[in-house]
Amino acid sequence: MKAAVVTFPGSNCDRDLAVAFESAGFEVSRVWHKDSTLPAGTDVVGVPGGFSFGDYLRCGAIAAQSPIAAAIRSHASRGGYVLGVCNGFQVLTEMQLLPGALMRNAGLKFICKTVGLNVITTDSAFTSAYAKGQQIAVPVAHHDGNYTIDAEGLAALRAEDRIAFTYTQNPNGAAADIAGVLSANRRVLGMMPHPERVVDARAGGTDGAALFASLMGGMALV
Amino acid sequence: MKARVTVMLKSGVLDVQGEAVRHALGTLGFAGVNGVRQGKVIELDLAETDAAAAEVAVKAMCEKLLSNTVIESYRVELL
Repeated sequence: MKAAVVTFPGSNCDRDLAVAFESAGFEVSRVWHKDSTLPAGTDVVGVPGGFSFGDYLRCGAIAAQSPIAAAIRSHASRGGYVLGVCNGFQVLTEMQLLPGALMRNAGLKFICKTVGLNVITTDSAFTSAYAKGQQIAVPVAHHDGNYTIDAEGLAALRAEDRIAFTYTQNPNGAAADIAGVLSANRRVLGMMPHPERVVDARAGGTDGAALFASLMGGMALV
Repeated sequence: MKARVTVMLKSGVLDVQGEAVRHALGTLGFAGVNGVRQGKVIELDLAETDAAAAEVAVKAMCEKLLSNTVIESYRVELL
């Protein structure tokens, strides 16, 4: 299985994301925001955390218009997998590959701490290795993680079982405690917490490892 | 010609920064500020000289990049 991890100017979790994919057994290529194509045979694209383009205009807004974003859009429209973490989630909402938007945290402060997450659905290649309702500990590090969606959109997410993770204690004001959502075809996941930071006990935890492992396992079945 | 774009959060979307500013104004003794909404103003210097064409172009810029229409509304003024 092949993963491609994107780097924008200002990305800072790209290497960690690449290591997390590698530790799950993926062959990882690194791609630059000016690249207009993904490496041949890419199964999953990782859009990492950070502060792409300095968060100018809106978080993720400039990155969403970059050449690689067009390649990610084509990959997703072909049914390819995409994982967006933190700023990557913001980029995917700005690209409208995922519904809603990430607004400034309700408390206005940058939040950097480990939070509890509930696994809401296991019906996705990203979450199949977790148990439904399982609680996991994953760090967040963001200023703009306050997930916002209109009532109609929220009802659709619930009806289609597309809420992947919720916070056990809402840190940022996110609608319905939402920490991560899936696309309609369940192959694009965006989440504010950083699973790539908890794939090694030596670095503080392993609760994120199952996400990469289930992706590896789930894709091998396709 | 020049254009000014005003981007605001849609009504109904909680503006947490505006709320913080409202609280701060109250703390400073400015009574009676019932609400504060914070947005951004973007000024564009355009090569276009035809007002109608400029308005069409700037609206397209707003839809594609300058605003996130999921949460924001925009207003275009030609100057």
